[in-house]
Amino acid sequence: MADPILAFEDLTLGYDRHPAVHHLDGRIEPGTLLAIVGPNGGGKSTLLKGIAGRLAPLAGRIVNTFPHMAYMPQVGDLSRDFPVTVFDLALTGLCGRRGMFGRISRSERDRAVEAIGLVGLSGFEQRSIRTLSGGQLQRLLFARLMLQDAPLILLDEPFTAIDQRTIDDLLEIVARWHGEGRTILAVLHDLELVRRHFPETLLLARDPLGWGPTAAVLTQDRLETARQMAEAFDRSAAECHRAA
Amino acid sequence: MLYDLLLAPFVEFPFMRRALVGGLAISLAAAPIGVFLMLRRMSLIGDAMAHAILPGAALGFLIGGLSLGMMTLGGLIAGFGVAIASGFVSRTTLVKEDMALAAFYLVSLALGVTLISASRSNLDLLALLFGSILALDDPTLVLIVSVASATLIALAVGYRGVVMECLDPGFAAGVTRFGWVFHFGFLTFVVLNLVAGFHALGTLLVVGIMMLPAGSARLWTDDVSAMIAIAIPLAMVANLVGLLGSYHLGMASGPAIILVAGLIYGASLALGPHGIVRRYFPRRHLEA
Repeated sequence: MADPILAFEDLTLGYDRHPAVHHLDGRIEPGTLLAIVGPNGGGKSTLLKGIAGRLAPLAGRIVNTFPHMAYMPQVGDLSRDFPVTVFDLALTGLCGRRGMFGRISRSERDRAVEAIGLVGLSGFEQRSIRTLSGGQLQRLLFARLMLQDAPLILLDEPFTAIDQRTIDDLLEIVARWHGEGRTILAVLHDLELVRRHFPETLLLARDPLGWGPTAAVLTQDRLETARQMAEAFDRSAAECHRAA
Repeated sequence: MLYDLLLAPFVEFPFMRRALVGGLAISLAAAPIGVFLMLRRMSLIGDAMAHAILPGAALGFLIGGLSLGMMTLGGLIAGFGVAIASGFVSRTTLVKEDMALAAFYLVSLALGVTLISASRSNLDLLALLFGSILALDDPTLVLIVSVASATLIALAVGYRGVVMECLDPGFAAGVTRFGWVFHFGFLTFVVLNLVAGFHALGTLLVVGIMMLPAGSARLWTDDVSAMIAIAIPLAMVANLVGLLGSYHLGMASGPAIILVAGLIYGASLALGPHGIVRRYFPRRHLEA
């Protein structure tokens, strides 16, 4: 089977005709571990939403031949006071494979126990998710991602408001996924963390300012340009006619 | 003595037996539906739906007289019409589901009342609103029991999908393209149960047997399946005790059933592990 492709062709994504990602071109090789950095409003989350199919492009297109993906949004729809246990929430990661009717086998249950252990939540299985702290919930969502077993993983600010030890644990899981040949895109703000753990980086401030090896992208000049991006939309902006 | 109190009414009067069977069947299906409505924060949606169904049933009555078929059909059409229209609006515009539903049911209600008053009929609005559980005939019982059976089967089969749609709709949308099927399927059964239930308890009170046991169950457990397992017997007890109470004390039956459900809810509010007494007289906290 041919390697799956994730590519952007003159992609513009946005809201109410205002672009948040503007004319992005490029291709993500299978097995890439890519950090997406840039200022607030720079289009990072928007790009992930576009890839996840939650937002239709304003122009251009996204080519995605990955058979399935796992997407962890920055602000999810998870209803935190819904009465389910940690174990059951982890099991929902299997819904992509098993669908809404398929039987969940013994070995899949064992895998769920293992995933909960790997994120350091052993002993929490029967706790209600209502009782988890923010960091514990984040660990649990990583366990669910593991069970989704997806070749393409999209993480939107996975380490925000998380303590250092948890970040280290979760980074280990990301590294493990990378080792397994999965393709991972993560929106991040901690540039030090990106330099240490992410081989490739896309710097996005509405327009793509750089894409390649992390050290080559995160230069002083480029970061300065990114900082100067005007956040507010120009209300009277003219129509964009940039050639593809 | 105990025989006179608990069994005699059902042994001696066939209409009491019918009322009991109808009530138990409604409890079996409406209680789990109520649990999911509550968990989706749609507790009042049942009430809004009931208002939407009322004019449909009234129109059915105007066309066909006091016929089970026409009134059921009218109720179903009005209920589904409002459910589908509001679902469509909330999924395609910025208007959220509660507002979409509010708009449609208010228009439906106003339209229904206008038609009824224009026709100057002798429609017994009270019977429509509060039901006639002591007058269930065979076809009505068959309707109620069929809807209950279908609901239980559908919930058993679609359980995971319905839970996923409540728990994390965004995630559900990511793993299946058919999240909306579970959503609309669920609303279908809300409407079906309201329509089947209104023959017994009336369009307004039927919401009570849906929501009160669900609310009571919430106070006793922190697990969805346990909540369903608790809500169903609570609804059944409310039916049984309500019927007996109305028989011995000469009260109206439908309201009596809902009042008992209300008492159970009150007791749960007070005594449940997530209730008021525990809130103000907490046990000592534990070691870490």
